[in-house]
Amino acid sequence: MWIVKNRKIFYAVSIILAVASFVSVAIWGLNLGIDFKGGSILEVTYIDNKPEVNVVSESIAPLGLESTVREAGTDGYQIRMRSISEEERVSVEQTLTEATGAYTVKRFNSIGPVLGSEAARKSVTSLFIVLLAIVLFITYAFRRVSEPVSSFKYGLITIVALFHDVFIPTGVFAVLGHYQGLQVDTLFVTALLVVLGFSVHDTIVVFDRVRENLKHDRENKHNQSFEKIVGDSVGQTFARSLNTSLTTLFALVVLYILGGEATRSFSLALLIGITAGTYSSIFIASPLLVTVQKWQEKKKSK
Amino acid sequence: MKIRIFAALLILVGAVLGYGVYQSNYTGHGFVSNFPFKLGLDLNGGTHLAYKADTSTLPAGTANDTMNALRDVIERRVNLFGVSEPSVLVEEVGLGTTRDYRLVVELPGVTDIDEAVRQIGETPQLEFKLVDSSATSTATDTPSFIDTGLNGQYLKRALVEFDPTTGAPMVGIEFNEEGRKLFAAITKANVGNILAIFLDGQAISAPVIRQEIREGRAQISGGFMLPEARELVRNLNYGALPVNIELVSTETIGPTLGKAVLDAGVHSGVIAFIVISIFLILWYRLPGVVAVVALALYVVLNLALFKLIPVTLTAAGIAGFILSLGIAVDANILIFERTKEELRRGKSLRDAIHEGFARAWDSIRDSNSSSIITAVILYYFASTSVIKGFALVFGLGVIVSMFTAITATRTMMYALPQSDNKFWRFLFTTGFNK
Repeated sequence: MWIVKNRKIFYAVSIILAVASFVSVAIWGLNLGIDFKGGSILEVTYIDNKPEVNVVSESIAPLGLESTVREAGTDGYQIRMRSISEEERVSVEQTLTEATGAYTVKRFNSIGPVLGSEAARKSVTSLFIVLLAIVLFITYAFRRVSEPVSSFKYGLITIVALFHDVFIPTGVFAVLGHYQGLQVDTLFVTALLVVLGFSVHDTIVVFDRVRENLKHDRENKHNQSFEKIVGDSVGQTFARSLNTSLTTLFALVVLYILGGEATRSFSLALLIGITAGTYSSIFIASPLLVTVQKWQEKKKSK
Repeated sequence: MKIRIFAALLILVGAVLGYGVYQSNYTGHGFVSNFPFKLGLDLNGGTHLAYKADTSTLPAGTANDTMNALRDVIERRVNLFGVSEPSVLVEEVGLGTTRDYRLVVELPGVTDIDEAVRQIGETPQLEFKLVDSSATSTATDTPSFIDTGLNGQYLKRALVEFDPTTGAPMVGIEFNEEGRKLFAAITKANVGNILAIFLDGQAISAPVIRQEIREGRAQISGGFMLPEARELVRNLNYGALPVNIELVSTETIGPTLGKAVLDAGVHSGVIAFIVISIFLILWYRLPGVVAVVALALYVVLNLALFKLIPVTLTAAGIAGFILSLGIAVDANILIFERTKEELRRGKSLRDAIHEGFARAWDSIRDSNSSSIITAVILYYFASTSVIKGFALVFGLGVIVSMFTAITATRTMMYALPQSDNKFWRFLFTTGFNK
């Protein structure tokens, strides 16, 4: 099977991408949204007399709210500020009315810094709990296939693949955050969790086939090599893995294009993550089974 | 034969449910209109307020009760807004000894935050003060007041009353036992003096004490309009909050933005369904058609569940649902790929379909279990209601898809004629033949 045979090439691709992601996060960090950092966003639209950007930004600058103004759509602005109090919000709106005339508030959102750091903590906690639950579940689900690779290792390999799936979208968001100002919010974390779920789902389907073929092989005493069995299993599930990912990616592409601003970066994170997840289930997770088995053999022969 | 009746029944139930869902949303009358979709604030417009409660001064172990009392007070205030389906929830965060309590108020349709914040946070202060008669009172001077110690704390209840002669609305107040005694003592000692009533530091009424008042009742005739009198009564009754609260987060979504988000969600859902259907039919031929019917059943069942439970739909929830369309067909794909393999091994169509279902079951069970685990964890650790909504929709989708993609699909597949002629086999083989 070409996938298992050429596994080193596929590992290399993944390692390069994962390292690149790691480096971009290390250099630029993530551009955290107000859900995590605390802060305020005021989005306003003007009916027919939209003022210039600098009129808006200069009018509220004296209030000292660390405000930045950017265009939102064709008829409005988005103003980001530090976390502001109710009184400060009223004065921003008044100042804005005086300087720019009538407008409507499309959206206002203010999150205190305490709430923000709590959201960050919860997000990290849930990521780790999902990872842990998955290892345990896989160890349990594959408990009957401990030869030649123990079921616990199936779980560990899944985790390696999952880290890969989470690293890559995070890296892309670090790059986009630096160059495009794309922010990471709680929905991004949700997207990562879904990617975890989806990727495990995918990996399990392939592992399940390995489990079935191993059993079949032993019952019929074919004594095929583990490498061959894994290779065949990947081949047999290849069409299914690709097709399920395709239908999901279709849905996501549609969502990305037509789903509106509110879920755009969410669908982008999912698109990247699910692509990475599909890749890792086919090209990383199963070949890793073979690699692990080879290591074990080497150790034994020593 | 039985299986065909069952298959027809499934499709019929789906059609009826679908019609019901459609009717309940677009025509708005009849029995089904009792089950509208419940839209979240981000789709409907509205205000979300989060308050942090300062429980640090409370005696240990009373925080939970106090928070419930706080919720009741706020709930009553919010209910008087006339907002449809407001929600007031207590949230507990943190672990061990450092617990934080938070009150989350959601007001669908309310976009005036000023007004909402004012009404929720307002605690009226009622005080009774005597005019200092010892001070030399020339008519032009503003009189100076002496605190009597009698205030809103001693209030038992307040109610709207009407002046028997003029019919003007007044606010009647009734003191509790301590207040009654205090009031009697003050009135006894100060007959002929003026006892001014202050609301939030403003004198609103200055009646002269005619005699000692023992029954612990008083009227404030502040020249109120009826709505004012009602509001004051409400604020007095639901007066003091049991703990101090501080606004930590506010979010307001204008109704136009919400509508745009909803339209975009529905639109992309329809398109995604069509794209997936075309793909399934092109790749899997006849079983593909069956899968599309099953997917339609999936959509209808889910929408019906959203209405019945009811699930509050948010932008993220709709996105989760659209995403689940792609994942829901996974079980179908697994089964069909397996069926195809068995056909290639030369099995009869009937056996191949049977094997396809039987063998795909293990992977479907294990992979869906892991998805359900993810959904449950996501639900419990959600930091916002948006994520909670997403997790619920996602988890529900996985469970419903197991029914539609396995049970419903199997029923329909078995209901199809299973002849083994070449053309019919062609309809069941899929994709490219190697």
